[in-house]
Amino acid sequence: MTARQSPPLRPLTERLRPDNTPLSLAEYERHGGFQGLRAALKMGPQDVTGMVKTAGLRGRGGAGFPTGVKWGLVPMGPEAPKQKYVVANGDEMEPGTFKDRLLLEGDPLQFIEGMIIAGYAIGASIGYVFLRAEYTLAAQRLLAAMAECEARQLLGRNILGTGFDFTLYLHTSAGRYICGEETALLNSLEGKRAVPRSKPPFPATAGLFGKPTVVNNIETLCNVPHIVHYGADWYRDLSAKTTGNADGGTKLYGVSGKVKHPGCWELPMGTPARAIVEQHAGGMREGLQLRGFLPGGASTDFLTAAQLDVPMDYDSIAKAGSRMGTGLLIVLDDKTPLLGMLRNLEKFFAIESCGWCTPCRDGLPWTERILADFEAGRARAGDIELLRQQTRLLGPGRTFCAHAPGAMEPLQSALKHFPQDFEAALRGTEGD
Amino acid sequence: MLTPDELREIEHELSHYAQPQAATIEALKIVQKHRGWVSDEAVADIATALNSTPATVDAVASFYNLIYRKPVGRHVIHVCDSVSCWIMGQTRLSELLKARLGIDYGQTTPDGRFTLLPICCLGTCDRAPAMLIGSDTHRDLESVDAARLDALLERYP
Repeated sequence: MTARQSPPLRPLTERLRPDNTPLSLAEYERHGGFQGLRAALKMGPQDVTGMVKTAGLRGRGGAGFPTGVKWGLVPMGPEAPKQKYVVANGDEMEPGTFKDRLLLEGDPLQFIEGMIIAGYAIGASIGYVFLRAEYTLAAQRLLAAMAECEARQLLGRNILGTGFDFTLYLHTSAGRYICGEETALLNSLEGKRAVPRSKPPFPATAGLFGKPTVVNNIETLCNVPHIVHYGADWYRDLSAKTTGNADGGTKLYGVSGKVKHPGCWELPMGTPARAIVEQHAGGMREGLQLRGFLPGGASTDFLTAAQLDVPMDYDSIAKAGSRMGTGLLIVLDDKTPLLGMLRNLEKFFAIESCGWCTPCRDGLPWTERILADFEAGRARAGDIELLRQQTRLLGPGRTFCAHAPGAMEPLQSALKHFPQDFEAALRGTEGD
Repeated sequence: MLTPDELREIEHELSHYAQPQAATIEALKIVQKHRGWVSDEAVADIATALNSTPATVDAVASFYNLIYRKPVGRHVIHVCDSVSCWIMGQTRLSELLKARLGIDYGQTTPDGRFTLLPICCLGTCDRAPAMLIGSDTHRDLESVDAARLDALLERYP
């Protein structure tokens, strides 16, 4: 960690200490902190949004929606509603994902700076951090950093003497994966059951308490100060120059499963999965082969060992038949039973269904039971076709939100890439 | 009746929101922090404090897995049973815990010390399998044995 003059290559994690203890406000400012906010406050709000749009920043929470476009949908000007909100989605609960925890525990001020800039860009005077309950260390460090900012007029009224007011509140949640869905999150923040809302209207026009609201992921917001400080062109140039990669910036990638060194690293957007698994995670443990991987959490389609060279950017992964999701890989090795892994995944989604719509509430436990039959050698002829049918009936367009379609992604891709596992389980049943 | 401390803390949270009902989850957590769990009576008292109804507050309380509507032990153990921990040996960890504590998921030890529950991904998958005891995250439990587990549990009297 050194004070630097030239723009950083790993802007989000460069300031992190090896033990991940956060910087004080004074230290943060010595290392370039709040330069982005100071620059933003000298620009018009719409120019800040334009800059984020030009930079090509896409949402890091899973959906990959362009952040500047999202901000641009918020009504601005004298006719716009007076009260607007920015909400940070820190409900990191996608199985296999542990990047926002790192950013919040290690550098809460960077996140706060991004949050204030987002508030300025859309004209919001109040921000909420929606944080999952279990991240107690992140909560402590955030509250300490917020207090430091309030004492130095970086949060609250008349920020840095510019007349811009922005108050930040921390809301710690009480569990449930569905809170990560942005409209379910807004209901939860309003003190209700976290059931997703019908869209449209989108939160940009009618969000928290019916007011225009932007919901952004923690990692997404951490990119913002750097974009404003160093510029959109610098940001675009950070990404890997791999074929088909239209995205800018860096990405926090990670690996869990039976690799030698599981972890999380900030790398150029579009780094190939092979480099992440083999170089950064040290490859598979002795005696194990990689069979497949979920590229971005539990709700993404399996890719296979033959697809390891795919660049980990939104478009390239989509072309390979999956989704970037959160960008943290879960690795399936050749000794871990695929059917057991699938059953674990579908049980998770079944438990975490909010129960609002029938296909999801009833279809997910049914799917889990069929997989349990395969696992226990009780599956019957026709059950493979039944599973395929589930992936259609619980797929996009059939349910109220993306929960059940997400749950079908690992299943449909397992049926496509690894049909032999299902067939072998059936043969075992017939042999009894 | 909510205690003066509980009411004061709830009032503080109320000031963060445009509508009082928005503080429902905070109010439930405040009561639970003081009492360990949320009784029917507390649900009704929270409803009164927030100008809401007991049915509305209970609908919220019963939705969230970290609000307890039944008494729990002094320390709640949450074992992550999501996919990365499962790959890294969570089943073994859960079985060992159940054996050492003599209880199944959803149960409390007879001395009222521990309640055992599963929980979804704790966001520490690079150091799986993991579990929470109270608010402490314990990691790297792949090769934990009975002796090490007992030593860990000893820290929670």
